[in-house]
Amino acid sequence: MKLNPDNKLDVREVLKDLDSYRPRRKGWVWRQQIENHEIGSFVYQDTSENLNHCVPLPAARAFGDIDPQCDMVITTEIASGRFEDDLRRMRMAAWHGADHIMVIRTTGQSHIDGLIEGTPEGIGGIPVTRKQIRATRKALDAIEDEVGRPINFHSYVSGVAGPEVAVLFAEEGMNGAHQDPQYNVLYRDINMHRSFVDAAEAKTLMADAAILQLDGAHNANATAKEAWKVTPELLVQHAINTAYSRAVGMPTELIALSTVPPTAPPAPKLRLDLPYAVALRELFDGYKFRAQQNTRYIEADTSEASITHVLDTLISRLTCADIQSTITPDEGRNIPWHYNNVAAVNTARQTLMGIDGITQVLQLKREGAFSEQVRELKERAVLFLEEILEDGGYYAAVASGQFVDQGYYPERKGDGIARDPQGGDGAGSVIPRAPDYGAPVCSHFGTNRYDERDGRLCADYGGCTLCDPTKIQYIDELDPEDNVEVRLQQTLAHRQQGLVRPEVERHGDGIVCVTLFVPESPRVAEAAAMEMARRMGLHQPEVISRRLMHPSEGSVFEIKGRLDATIRVDELQLPAYPAPLPESEIEDWVRGRNIRLVAATVGEDEHSVGLHEVLDIKHGGIEKYGFRCHVLGTSVPVERVLDMAQSEHAHAVLISTIVTHANVHARHMQHLHELAKQRGLRERLVLIAGGTQVTDELARKCGLDAGFGRGTTGQDVASFLVHKLREQTTT
Amino acid sequence: MRCVQRSDDFEVRRKRLRSLSDDELHARFWKLVEKIVDPLVEEARTHTTPSIERSVLLRMGFSSIEAKALVKQLSERGLLGQGAGCLILQLALKKKLPIREAGDALLQGRYWGEFDL
Repeated sequence: MKLNPDNKLDVREVLKDLDSYRPRRKGWVWRQQIENHEIGSFVYQDTSENLNHCVPLPAARAFGDIDPQCDMVITTEIASGRFEDDLRRMRMAAWHGADHIMVIRTTGQSHIDGLIEGTPEGIGGIPVTRKQIRATRKALDAIEDEVGRPINFHSYVSGVAGPEVAVLFAEEGMNGAHQDPQYNVLYRDINMHRSFVDAAEAKTLMADAAILQLDGAHNANATAKEAWKVTPELLVQHAINTAYSRAVGMPTELIALSTVPPTAPPAPKLRLDLPYAVALRELFDGYKFRAQQNTRYIEADTSEASITHVLDTLISRLTCADIQSTITPDEGRNIPWHYNNVAAVNTARQTLMGIDGITQVLQLKREGAFSEQVRELKERAVLFLEEILEDGGYYAAVASGQFVDQGYYPERKGDGIARDPQGGDGAGSVIPRAPDYGAPVCSHFGTNRYDERDGRLCADYGGCTLCDPTKIQYIDELDPEDNVEVRLQQTLAHRQQGLVRPEVERHGDGIVCVTLFVPESPRVAEAAAMEMARRMGLHQPEVISRRLMHPSEGSVFEIKGRLDATIRVDELQLPAYPAPLPESEIEDWVRGRNIRLVAATVGEDEHSVGLHEVLDIKHGGIEKYGFRCHVLGTSVPVERVLDMAQSEHAHAVLISTIVTHANVHARHMQHLHELAKQRGLRERLVLIAGGTQVTDELARKCGLDAGFGRGTTGQDVASFLVHKLREQTTT
Repeated sequence: MRCVQRSDDFEVRRKRLRSLSDDELHARFWKLVEKIVDPLVEEARTHTTPSIERSVLLRMGFSSIEAKALVKQLSERGLLGQGAGCLILQLALKKKLPIREAGDALLQGRYWGEFDL
C-alpha cells in the first residue's frame, strides 16, 4: 500500500487481505542522533534525520521551511473509539514529527479475561484486537514510507489477559507496550498474585519480541493530591517493575521508565521536579527514560497546559530522555481531538528545536542544596524499601496501604490504596504447576518439562506461531453489527457523495468549538455565552473552558457544540488561486521583461514584516525572480501609492494592510480600486492586497484582483502575477 | 488491613544512611529491591494461570475462542496444573493427530478419558 500526499488514506485498502498481513519488522526503533547537523542556515546538535514529508512549524516560513527532527522519539496517544478514524490522526501526527503511536484501550478491556476479536467500537479508546493491530500496523507501514521514518506502534499488556495480549503483540510485531503488574494491583484491583505471575510470562514474550517495555509508575503522579510528595514511592515502583523484569530475563535496553515531572506552575516547578528527575536517572543509570508531560494539573486551559508541557520538555533535555511523550492540551476536558494531538506534538517539537544544543552551554549545578535534595529523595526511597521488607514483603505492604499514600515518605497520611492479597479480579486463579508441568512453546517463563531437552521447545509439532506465523489463527469479525464494515458504509457513502462535515474526533462528528469573550460578571457572562452559542446554531452546546479576565469586566469561554452543517464539496466556490508555478518558470518569464511593482503598507499602519517577506530577496521574496520593486514604506496614503505607480509605469500595485479596526483594511482596498478607476489606471494595473486578515474573497469583493492572507509566500504572489500579466499580454 | 498515619520522621530514620557514599546507597537500593522481588519471581516460576495457559495454546496455533474453551474445560477438570499445551500435545502424539485436531476433538467432548491416567 502506498500513500500519496494529495489523497486521503483509503481505509478500504487498509482492510484488504488482513488475514495474510505480516508485519515488516519486529522490535523498537530509535532515532539516530546526528551531531553538527546542517539544516538550512543552522548547525544542530541534538537532531536526527529529516523527514521526506512534514508540516514545518509556522515560523519555519521565515527560515526556509526547515523542520529539524529532534533525537528523542516523540509519542502521541491516540484513541477515538474507532480505529479507522484514528488512522487519519496518526498520519497527521506523523507529518508533525510523531514516531511513537500509543493506542489507548477501551474502558474495561483490563477486566476482560481473554482476547477480543474484530473491530467493535470502544469508549475512551479502542478494543485492542488482532484485526485492529494488523490494520493499524499496515496503515503505519504506509505512513512511515510517506514521511520517511520508522514509526513505533504501542499499546498495553495489562489486565487479566496479559500473557495472551503479549502473544498477540509478539506475533503481530507491536514495538512497545506498557507492562507493570503494580498498575493492575493498585488501579485496576486485579489480584496481585495473578498480576505478578502473569507479568513474568508477558515480560518473557515481550523481551523475545524486542518490544520496548514502559512501566506504570507515572500513574501515581496522576492519582496523588500532591503529586510531588509521591516521588520517593515513584522510585520504589520503578524499581520493583525494573528488578522484576530483569529477574525474568528482560534486557536493560528494553526497559523504559515512564516518568512525569510531578508539578506545574504556579508551583516552583523546576526546583521541585529537577532533583527528582536527576535522582531517578542516577539510580536507574543504563535504563531508558520515557518522559511524559504532566497531566495531573491540566484542566480546561489549553495554553496553560502547553506551557507546563514546555517546561516538562525542558526538564527532559536538561536531564535526559529517550522518548518524549506528549499529552494533548485538551486532555483535561475531553477525549483528545485530532488537532490537539498535533498541538501536543508541536509543543515538544518546538521546544526541542528551540533548546537544541542547550546542554553545551548550560548544566545543572551539582553542589549545595540541589545535591542535598537529590540525595534526600534517594534516601527516602531506600527507607521505603526497607519498610516493605520489614512489613513482610510486597504483598503485605500493598495490603497495609503503603502505596499511593499522600504523605511524603516516611510521612504517612493513612490514605494509601490498600488491596487484599486474596481479593480482586482473578483472585484464586493462580495454581501451582505440577512436577511434570509443561508448555511446549517458545518465550515461556518458569518451570517447564520441555526445558530439559535440546532444540526448540515447540519442535514436537513443527513449531509454535512465534516460529511459524502461518499457524496464527486470524479471526475477522465476531459481531455482525458492531464492526468497521458497518461503520464505513455511512462514512464512505458521505465521501462518495462529496459531503463534508466538521469533526474533531470521529468522521463527520460535527463538533466545533467557538471562543467568546463576554463583558459581564461570570454568571451572567456564561449564560449569555451559552445563548449566543445556541443562536449560532450549535446543538448541545457545552462550556469546556471558562477563564476569568476580571470579576466584573468579563470572562472568556470556549464552547463546544455540534454544527449540523453538511457541505457539498462540488458546490463550493473555491478561491481562484492558480497553483504556484515552478520557480524556474516564474524567473524565465519575469527576467528581461522589466516588470515593475509598487508596494507599501497603507493607512496608519506601521507593519512591514509581511510585505518584506513577500518582496525582499533576503527573505526569499519575489525580487529574486527579477521583479523590480519600489517599496514606499509604511503608513503610506493610497493616493501616494497610485502617484508612484503612475510615474513608474508600474505593472502592479501591492498593498499591505494589517490593521483591521473598524474594517479599515476593507476600506483601503476599496479605495485603491476606486481611485485607480477614477485615474483611468485600473485596466492596466494589477491590484493586490495582503495582510493577516485579508482573504482572496474579501479583496475581490473590494474590487482588487487578488488578496493574500496568512502564510503567503513570495512564490504564491509571483505565480499569481505571472498568470495575470501573461493573460493581459495575450488578450 | 491497617493504614498507618505517621509524621515525617525522615531526619531520625536517615541517620544510618548518612555515612553511605552515593554508590553504596545505590547498591543498597538495588539489593533491597531484589530481595522484594525474589519471592514474587519464585511464585511466577512455579505457578500458572488461565491466561498463561491460553497464551500457550495461542502459540500452539489455536484461536482465542478455542484457547478459551479448552482452558476453561481443563480448569474445570482440575488439569490446568499439568499445562494445557503439554496435555494437548501428549494427546496429539498418542493419537497421531495434528495439534489442532487433538484440541478440536477435546472441544467435541472426545478423548477426555485419556487424561485420567
